[in-house]
Amino acid sequence: MVEFALPANSRVQPGTFHPAPSGATNVKRFKIYRYDPDAEGNPRLDTYEVDLDTCGPMVLDALIKIKNEMDSTLTFRRSCREGICGSCSMNIDGTNTLACLKPIADIPGDVKIYPLPHMPVIKDLVPDLSLPYAQLQSVEPWLQTKSPTPPDSERLQSPEEREALDGLWECILCFCCQTGCPSYWWNGERYLGPAILLQAARWIHDSRDEFTGERLDALEDPFKLYRCHTIMNCTSTCPKGLNPAKAIGSIKEMLLQRRF
Amino acid sequence: MELRTPLGRARGLGSAKTGVGHFWQQRITAIALVPLALWFAVSVIRLSGVDYAVAKAWMAKPLNATMMLLTVSVALWHGVLGVQVVIEDYVLGSVGKWIGLIGTRLLGAFLAVFMAVSVLKVAFGG
Repeated sequence: MVEFALPANSRVQPGTFHPAPSGATNVKRFKIYRYDPDAEGNPRLDTYEVDLDTCGPMVLDALIKIKNEMDSTLTFRRSCREGICGSCSMNIDGTNTLACLKPIADIPGDVKIYPLPHMPVIKDLVPDLSLPYAQLQSVEPWLQTKSPTPPDSERLQSPEEREALDGLWECILCFCCQTGCPSYWWNGERYLGPAILLQAARWIHDSRDEFTGERLDALEDPFKLYRCHTIMNCTSTCPKGLNPAKAIGSIKEMLLQRRF
Repeated sequence: MELRTPLGRARGLGSAKTGVGHFWQQRITAIALVPLALWFAVSVIRLSGVDYAVAKAWMAKPLNATMMLLTVSVALWHGVLGVQVVIEDYVLGSVGKWIGLIGTRLLGAFLAVFMAVSVLKVAFGG
């Protein structure tokens, strides 16, 4: 059976407390998951009191402030700080999202931050995403054609054909949806997950691609595709406002279309 | 220790090239169950409190017997498809999964025949 409870060595213990500097008046508590694979012991939840008067507005600003000024051992991924690289995806206040797009002011009470759920943790807020990246590679997310490349022009696409890709091309591969999907939690080794299926749909719907049939063949599988039960966590958690469930539905529709 | 590459894990055993049939059957049986379940609920309410002879006469009507056979067979068909999904979702060990998948089908087949015989016995039996 699937495991519904955390194994004993993964249960989160109370951690250390880092108080706000003296004189701080606008203090917010951040409770952050910490795990060091090189140290013995379970993960812990450290508490940091951050002076919001000297901090930027987003959760990522607070994380950077904590790392710079309070605890340099705190580990997390970040890069663009404007919601386009997908690096700082994590579970904030119970929802997978991007730390750089999540305003601190939107979170009532303490800010609880965990890594993306149900993935192996490398350290602190850094999950191991090797499998989702390999799953992305397995759907061959690039243009494939039989027709030779036009010698003196690009492959043409009408504005309407290009519009069919809207809602698909914007995915930044942060894997908020992927790791928020219960089906992916239970069957991540076999189910491709919403992020990968959205990427597959992006190429299936591309009018320039000539391998639609082969792409559908590769997805027609009880586990790779049909583990999606339209739970919709993916859609509700996507920080870019995309709809992976709709994209997956479009793949299922095309698989039906070619049978009737 | 597992040294298989992530891509090897992701590609796994490849595509089973199936799944559309199951998906389609789930939808068809679900749609069929909407009128059948309504008919069944109304029939049960209308028959509540009547004696066996009245119920038997009701079941002996061809339309009622047909609707009852359709209701039990489609409901069981839909149920077996649904339980299969639950087993595939949550039972990860191969032995338990195969016992569950085979058992569900056998139990579904037994119940379908048993209920059909029961309906026919009430409808046309002595």
